Amino acid sequence: MFSNFDFDVIIRSLPYLFYDGMTFTVTLTILATGGGILLGTVLALMRLSGFTPLALFAAAYVNLMRSVPFVLMIFWFYFLVPYIGQWITGAARPIQVGAFVSSLITFTLFEAAYFSEIMRAGIQSIPRGQVAAAQALGMTYPQTMGYIVLPQAFRNMIPILLTQTIILFQDTSLVYVLSITDFLGAASKVAQRDGRLVEMYLFAALVYFAISLAASQGVRLLQQRVAIIR
Amino acid sequence: MITIRDVSKWYGSFAVLSHCSADVAKGEVVVVCGPSGSGKSTLIKCVNGLEPFQKGTIDVDGVSVGDPKTDLPKLRARLGMVFQHFELFPHLTVTDNLVLAQTKVLGRGKDESIDKGMRLLERVGLREHARKYPGELSGGQQQRVAIARALAMDPIAMLFDEPTSALDPEMIKEVLDVMVALAKEGMTMMVVTHEMGFARQVARRVVFMDKGEIVEDAPTADFFGKPRSERAQHFLSKILHN
Repeated sequence: MFSNFDFDVIIRSLPYLFYDGMTFTVTLTILATGGGILLGTVLALMRLSGFTPLALFAAAYVNLMRSVPFVLMIFWFYFLVPYIGQWITGAARPIQVGAFVSSLITFTLFEAAYFSEIMRAGIQSIPRGQVAAAQALGMTYPQTMGYIVLPQAFRNMIPILLTQTIILFQDTSLVYVLSITDFLGAASKVAQRDGRLVEMYLFAALVYFAISLAASQGVRLLQQRVAIIR
Repeated sequence: MITIRDVSKWYGSFAVLSHCSADVAKGEVVVVCGPSGSGKSTLIKCVNGLEPFQKGTIDVDGVSVGDPKTDLPKLRARLGMVFQHFELFPHLTVTDNLVLAQTKVLGRGKDESIDKGMRLLERVGLREHARKYPGELSGGQQQRVAIARALAMDPIAMLFDEPTSALDPEMIKEVLDVMVALAKEGMTMMVVTHEMGFARQVARRVVFMDKGEIVEDAPTADFFGKPRSERAQHFLSKILHN
């Protein structure tokens, strides 16, 4: 059944697929994960702060982000961010940030909602006695969080954080709605140019599968190494 | 050094502490005992502000604990505390457990802090475990490290909250030995414990609590010799005949 398939098209387009496409996908994944964990941790701390306005804001944010379809968010942000920028800076015309920055902002804001729930669970998994011990040594709230609670919470949650990153890696393909050349976008462009839809989409699926599988195996190995001895 | 005056605390309508008053003078060892749920752990946690209280005052070295204007972290840094479940930081080595608060809270230099930590570790007999993680140590060893960690801050007084209650019987002595040595050096200590042998040996006074009240506060010999209250007599007969 593969007799009239042309797998050579894959070989020919490899440099384009990986240099242009995969570079974008990986860069977006890494930056959005970093930003998402950072913002997510702040949101988690707000939610657990015991200060009602902060906690309510964080809860509202997380719930809003989790109840809007992601594609809609990407679309919406691409067309809205320029106007928000204009409104903030008072510029004469909408500020074009480009497709990459726009999608980076969207992914960071969106993933932060998920990462904040993970970090919240992580923080709550640290026994109260640890906080008491840190306080008894004279540590302030930022010191207690920074040196005692967050490092332990983060280490406990590394496997789940990385699993979420793998999901994010797959989700970055949604930027196709902005006609961006990520890995899937690149494959799609070649497919349509050369009329080789089946080959290209099969190959793209295989690459996503291979990378995700390898990453989850990696997470499993890591899980055993970072565990805190208790 | 520590002055507790008419302290009351409620959880909702349930009084955990009612009208508690007690003193710990400089260089004195005071043992707080009583049946479980009597509020003794809550009382000792009020002393460094880990637990808030609604009424009364607690002064530590002239600083009011309950005053909202008090810099609690600063006050706590001057008071050592040892917990029932050790509460060493499991993600840090023994050395880092001893060094962290010295450098971050007191602003001590790294070398000086390590030096101090090692001397204290030597003192509790655990020098060779400096590079290990708390999870690799036995309960008794962890508690000795916890004592060293508190001492590294050069505290003006030490608070012990049932330091041996979570330990296997064969490990209790090694922890008590460290505490006895500390008491004999003149450290001011407030100790919540069921170890009546320890109380007899080093305590100047014994405070007996029941149902959130301080029922008896007597010199050690008097407390064990002829406790005035019926509740203390009852408690002692139970705990000493076991």
